[in-house]
Amino acid sequence: MVRDDLGLTGTKEGCGEGECGACSVLLGGRLVNSCIVPVGSVEGLTVDTIEAVRETPTGQSLVQRFAEEGAVQCGFCIPGMIMAGYALIREKGGQTDAEIREGISGNLCRCTGYDRIVAATRAAFRDEDRRRG
Amino acid sequence: MVKWYRPGTLDEALEIRARETVIPIAGATDLYVRYRRRSGLAPEFSAPLLAVGHLTELQGYSDENGELRIGAGVPYADILSDGRTPVLLAAAVRELAAPALRNVATLGGNICNASPAADAACPLYALDARCELRSASRARTLPIAEFITGPGRTQIEPDELLTAIIIPPGPGRVTAAIDDDATTRVLYRKVGTRRANALSKLAIAAWASLSGGGVESVGVAIGAVAPTVVRSREVEADFVGSLESLREKTDAILAAYGRLVAPIDDQRSTAEYRREVALNLVKQFIEQSLLA
Repeated sequence: MVRDDLGLTGTKEGCGEGECGACSVLLGGRLVNSCIVPVGSVEGLTVDTIEAVRETPTGQSLVQRFAEEGAVQCGFCIPGMIMAGYALIREKGGQTDAEIREGISGNLCRCTGYDRIVAATRAAFRDEDRRRG
Repeated sequence: MVKWYRPGTLDEALEIRARETVIPIAGATDLYVRYRRRSGLAPEFSAPLLAVGHLTELQGYSDENGELRIGAGVPYADILSDGRTPVLLAAAVRELAAPALRNVATLGGNICNASPAADAACPLYALDARCELRSASRARTLPIAEFITGPGRTQIEPDELLTAIIIPPGPGRVTAAIDDDATTRVLYRKVGTRRANALSKLAIAAWASLSGGGVESVGVAIGAVAPTVVRSREVEADFVGSLESLREKTDAILAAYGRLVAPIDDQRSTAEYRREVALNLVKQFIEQSLLA
């Protein structure tokens, strides 16, 4: 639905069973694995995909920090990683590495080894703190 | 096409349930995986789906007369963030799935699937939880150990829905991690391949209430080592008494659990591994949580 009918191809389908997080979107503001969300349960709720999130200040800072940190290799998991990071930043104020790792624990990356993704997310948190003053 | 009912109220849902064979569905995180087909094709179900997760009647989380009542449709994320949630259940929820699944998956769904490896079921057995069932014409509650009868099998009638899980007051229902002076000790351990999202090879949820240098009462539930979660009042009675007598009885207790577990080989683990690790975890609970 998201990719083929709506043409929003930033969201990826990886495993198709909720394990890998490449399909992450926000449903009613909450992070979900879109590949196993029946379209019937979307009724009345807002869906935000990576295409919307990357236009927000928080999304832009995540994109920039991921690039600066070299957190991206093949890129397949990255929209999901950014969605997970965005959900974390939106939900809480400051974050420890352990909390960031738990926040992205449903997102698999087979290239990077995660350290740079965590570092980029941490940097985006600091950007957010500065923005909020 | 998947045929899909989305009732506005619990009464409407129960009416549909009474007149037609349907598959109740909440977070869909298990059913949509179990019945999935190739990418791009909708899953195929043997009956129409009845969406229940959105029903307000299944959403509440309350503390009435000391009993916690968690609506069957409450997503795990909300259970985890609620300060009233017993630490044993919170520990299981934290490890059973990553945030994206916790945001939609429900306690009611986990119980109704009745998998022997259902992570939330294990602490609920240890805490003597009860299942509240409703149909258009009646309401009843059953202890979880009676509600779940085997792998994938429950006592739910075709016209019923699970509406809530009730956790009674008890010494095991503590809500915070325990310091050394505390009189209740708890242990939750899940053994799986990956911290997030992996199904359990096995799990243990245990609590014990200490007083006067001995064990007063105890609850030990072991998951994924038998067709249903293993819990035995008989063996638990052997824990009660002085720590000295518990030390002497440890081998007998482990032998008794050894007779109760009946694990299987499957894609996640082997029977031998499950048996060995389950008994080691009971031993760890006795030696490190109680005797240390």
